[in-house]
Amino acid sequence: MLGPFLVGVGVMCGISVVLAVMMVIADATIANYGTVKVKINKDKELEVDGGRSLLSTLMEEQIFIPSACGGRGSCGMCKVKVLDGAGDLLPTELPMLSADEKKQNVRLACQCKVKKDYSIEIPESLFNVKEYQVTVASLTDLTYDIKKVSLKFKPGDEINFKAGQFVQFGVPEYELTPEPVYRAYSVASSPFVKDALELEIRLVPNGICTTYVFKYLKEKDNVTINGPYGDFFLRDSERDIVFIAGGSGMAPIRSMLYEMKQNNNQRKAMYFFGARAVKDLFQVDEMRQFEKDLPNFRYIPALSAPDPGDNWEGDIGLITEVVAKYVESGSNVEAYLCGSPGMIDACIKVLKSKGVPEDLIFYDKFA
Amino acid sequence: MTENGWMAFSILIAAIFTDNILLTNYLGMCSFLSVSKEIKTATGLGTAVVFVMTCTTVINWLVYYYILMPLDLGYLYFIVFIVVIAAFVQLVEMIVERVSEPLYYSLGIFLPLITVNCAILGACLFMIIRNYGFLSSLAYGFGAGVGWALAITCMAGIREKMAKVKGKIPKGLEGAGITLIIAGIMALAFIGFSGTMNIR
Ligand SMILES: Cc1cc2nc3c(=O)[nH]c(=O)nc-3n(C[C@H](O)[C@H](O)[C@H](O)COP(=O)(O)OP(=O)(O)OC[C@H]3O[C@@H](n4cnc5c(N)ncnc54)[C@H](O)[C@@H]3O)c2cc1C
Ligand code: FES
Repeated sequence: MLGPFLVGVGVMCGISVVLAVMMVIADATIANYGTVKVKINKDKELEVDGGRSLLSTLMEEQIFIPSACGGRGSCGMCKVKVLDGAGDLLPTELPMLSADEKKQNVRLACQCKVKKDYSIEIPESLFNVKEYQVTVASLTDLTYDIKKVSLKFKPGDEINFKAGQFVQFGVPEYELTPEPVYRAYSVASSPFVKDALELEIRLVPNGICTTYVFKYLKEKDNVTINGPYGDFFLRDSERDIVFIAGGSGMAPIRSMLYEMKQNNNQRKAMYFFGARAVKDLFQVDEMRQFEKDLPNFRYIPALSAPDPGDNWEGDIGLITEVVAKYVESGSNVEAYLCGSPGMIDACIKVLKSKGVPEDLIFYDKFA
Repeated sequence: MTENGWMAFSILIAAIFTDNILLTNYLGMCSFLSVSKEIKTATGLGTAVVFVMTCTTVINWLVYYYILMPLDLGYLYFIVFIVVIAAFVQLVEMIVERVSEPLYYSLGIFLPLITVNCAILGACLFMIIRNYGFLSSLAYGFGAGVGWALAITCMAGIREKMAKVKGKIPKGLEGAGITLIIAGIMALAFIGFSGTMNIR
């Protein structure tokens, strides 16, 4: 009885072992790309292990390309100009690249694998991006679904960013993700405070990062962040400013207001904040204080569907309607928008119809 | 040429034309229908199938006649064949990723799915059922692979042409419908070869 059993099992194991050895050899030869060189902006040259994506290869070298989707090819933020080495466009990149970008050899860093020598071009500002180990100083509920996360840097560390820029927040592996992922969050605090940051994070049901923040993150936890990124910041000009935000889109605008206050900025500014009901409003007192501190600033919250008990005396309606009501002529306006892609697209339409030049409408879509 | 040689040669030709595994046995249909939109990807997948089929028929023949049969373990052959095929597909995946990344991404999930491409297990089982010798098995595996690749490349050629004439195909037949009809007509055309060579 035992004989045939042992022979059968033995043969099966033997065959599996041989195949496994074959795969190990293949992994060490075919899938081994050796070391390759990555040339950056034609002057800096790095020697790296080949075989991984350009994004993670650069990250290992402490060069951080923005990426909100964790390398799945769905956010389109990791665009990099590749002069040489990347080969043909991949089908996974096509949906993210415009015709212009294709012509200029722009590629998605998370999709291109580094298999031979590369030559790439990245904005100098990315060299300013660093990785930081920070601790959670406090967690505050701003509304039922938005939390303020205050982060404290290690002694000696500091971050230099422009108000409106964002950082990436690292989520370790946990029940919703088998590998660490990063998500983008705009800095909500003043750029003049360099040893601490505040983020305002809104819960996305079943979202990887937000669920982690709401369910597991505690005070004194260590967090890895990197940044700063982005070109969403106040431009120097004399034009009137229109800020529009909804939900956690408050974050970068709040940072810009702190910057304006510190610089004693006299520009005329209106801030439209869209919410459903009173329970979705937050930091109203702070905004009222900015109205006192900044001579020409007005905060205009608008509710789209106030609850019966809200006693709301302010503006009611969709944010687009309220913007249309207050902004008379857009010819001397510069606009900064932040929030969901749907809201931003709708507001851009309204602003354009009011005559705001398209290239002076700046926005960050929280997608 | 020796008798064995002739036999292997006729099996090779028969496997490609008269007994095309796809068009006479209808094996390997799912990737045939879904990866036949472009000639480039179709030939890519075809080449991968040729490689996997040739290697696995040879190895499975050796394993079957030199290990399983002598030890009376014939009943293990499904599981052994599948494991060998899986290992080879993994190998092919590594090779394709190294050689052509665009091909790797356009084949997408269909590359690993060659593992369960029924044409490949089918070829291995036919060679056992039909009692082929070593040389014949090699010829059959290679021929069946080439036949499959030929069929999918033809189909891709037809579909590329078809994509250029928009609006001529009735709405209800677009996509899978017309593809299946074309596959049927192709199978009919291949019957024209029958009788020229014999596979058994
Ligand atoms: C430049 C930039 C700045 C950002 N700043 C902030 C900020 O200051 N505060 C903030 O809260 N968020 C901000 N975001 C959004 C943030 O990066 C995450 O996308 C968001 O928090 C969801 O992450 P997650 O891991 O929880 O969800 P994921 O696991 O990525 O997504 C889970 C599911 O939810 C869907 N989903 C993702 N995002 C949304 C959404 N916003 N609404 C509805 N469904 C969604 C996805 O399609 C997916 O099906 C910013 C995004 C960008 C690009
Ligand atoms: S990291 Fe999101 S598309 Fe590359």
